[in-house]
Amino acid sequence: MIEEPFATGTTLFHSRDARVKLIPAVAITLILALTSSFLVAGTGCILTGLLLILSRPSPRLILRRICRVNIFTLFLWLTLPLTYGGDTILPFLFLDLSLDGIRMATLITLKTNGILFSFLALLATSTLASLGHGLEKLGMPRKLTFLLLFSYRQLFVIHQEYLRLQRAARLRGFIPANSLHTYRTYSHLFAMTLVKSWNRAERVHQAMVLRGFNGTLIPLNQPQLSKNDYLFLTTILLISFFLATIPFFC
Amino acid sequence: MHISEGVLTAPVLIGGAVLTAVGTTVGLKKLDYDRIMTVSLLSAAFFVASLIHVPVGPGSVHLLLGGLLGLLLGWGAFPAIVVALLLQAVFFQYGGIVVLGVNGFNIGGPAVLCGLSLRPLLKGSKKQGMTAGFLAGCCSMLLSALLMAGALFFSDQGFLHAAVILLTSHLPVMLIEGLITMFVVGFLARVQPEILSLDTRK
Repeated sequence: MIEEPFATGTTLFHSRDARVKLIPAVAITLILALTSSFLVAGTGCILTGLLLILSRPSPRLILRRICRVNIFTLFLWLTLPLTYGGDTILPFLFLDLSLDGIRMATLITLKTNGILFSFLALLATSTLASLGHGLEKLGMPRKLTFLLLFSYRQLFVIHQEYLRLQRAARLRGFIPANSLHTYRTYSHLFAMTLVKSWNRAERVHQAMVLRGFNGTLIPLNQPQLSKNDYLFLTTILLISFFLATIPFFC
Repeated sequence: MHISEGVLTAPVLIGGAVLTAVGTTVGLKKLDYDRIMTVSLLSAAFFVASLIHVPVGPGSVHLLLGGLLGLLLGWGAFPAIVVALLLQAVFFQYGGIVVLGVNGFNIGGPAVLCGLSLRPLLKGSKKQGMTAGFLAGCCSMLLSALLMAGALFFSDQGFLHAAVILLTSHLPVMLIEGLITMFVVGFLARVQPEILSLDTRK
């Protein structure tokens, strides 16, 4: 259930160092998040969409992901045209739709999806482990990196543990319903997962101290930035620069 | 509970980022390497909680349990929540990097506040402990929903009605969060009480 389906591949996005993807990803996200221009949001959405296509993800998985993230956008589409207000009202069947509301919902849809595409193309093509080490090299506090990498490592174990307990409950005839019994059962399942995680943390900590752990995690491969990495960084930063300067030319 | 990227305006994004940076820094400062392992595990458990769907009425909601994390970790809950949100962004693309500041503060702020103010009750009787659990779950959810609605409203006043709808839809979830946190605290007090005194342990 928890997996990184886009992180494996052979495209030029997958073989780049996490650092040269993190910097332009943040740049593009900032530009698109802060813009209020349709032209920038629209162009951004198209360009990041192209980047996403170049990273060659599985179409079925990517569509499912895009739909799931757009649930919030759908909520805005259902509420903003009816409640946003403004001067221009568009009569539609028996409803009065606010033109400003529709405009706002369109702008947010373009921005959200542009950012999502860049995230999927640039960051989802790395594993969290390499993103974590990349973030540390870019200045993220060491303790936070450690928290991130270690949570990532244990996530799958804890989830398996929870699923095992849930399966056991089901085998004993537990059927979730709207009842206090259901809430108590879920609480106990989760609390037991916490107890097991806590005990595991103690054991792992002791084992790591025994092996001389001093607060640093050393990655197995420490890639050096290659010429291609710099070329990639420059190209994507140029795209970001182009997006950021569009309003000055129009 | 997440606000997507591209919805909020610059002042709200910057405000959220600054507050989250401060909260995370304080949280990290109070964490030593002996406890960091436990916090990582709880952060992963917090991530797993968001995958647990509990039935409410005809549908289902997923758990958040920020209040519980606040009770267990105090200030340490802040970095734990930020990390869990970052993991959710990378795995499921919920939220994002720039909006992480706002989302982190919306969930982390109330979690720490409720955790720190209700934590003394945990040392009392079992009933007091469970009351603390209920209040932490309920109040942190309410405050998180209020902050989320506030973030939307301060970004654009046209969001007012959408924010009110979001806030109202979180009211039943608040009750569920309260109940679940209460039962979890009760269970932990019986099975492994050390977890409840994690923050004060030397």
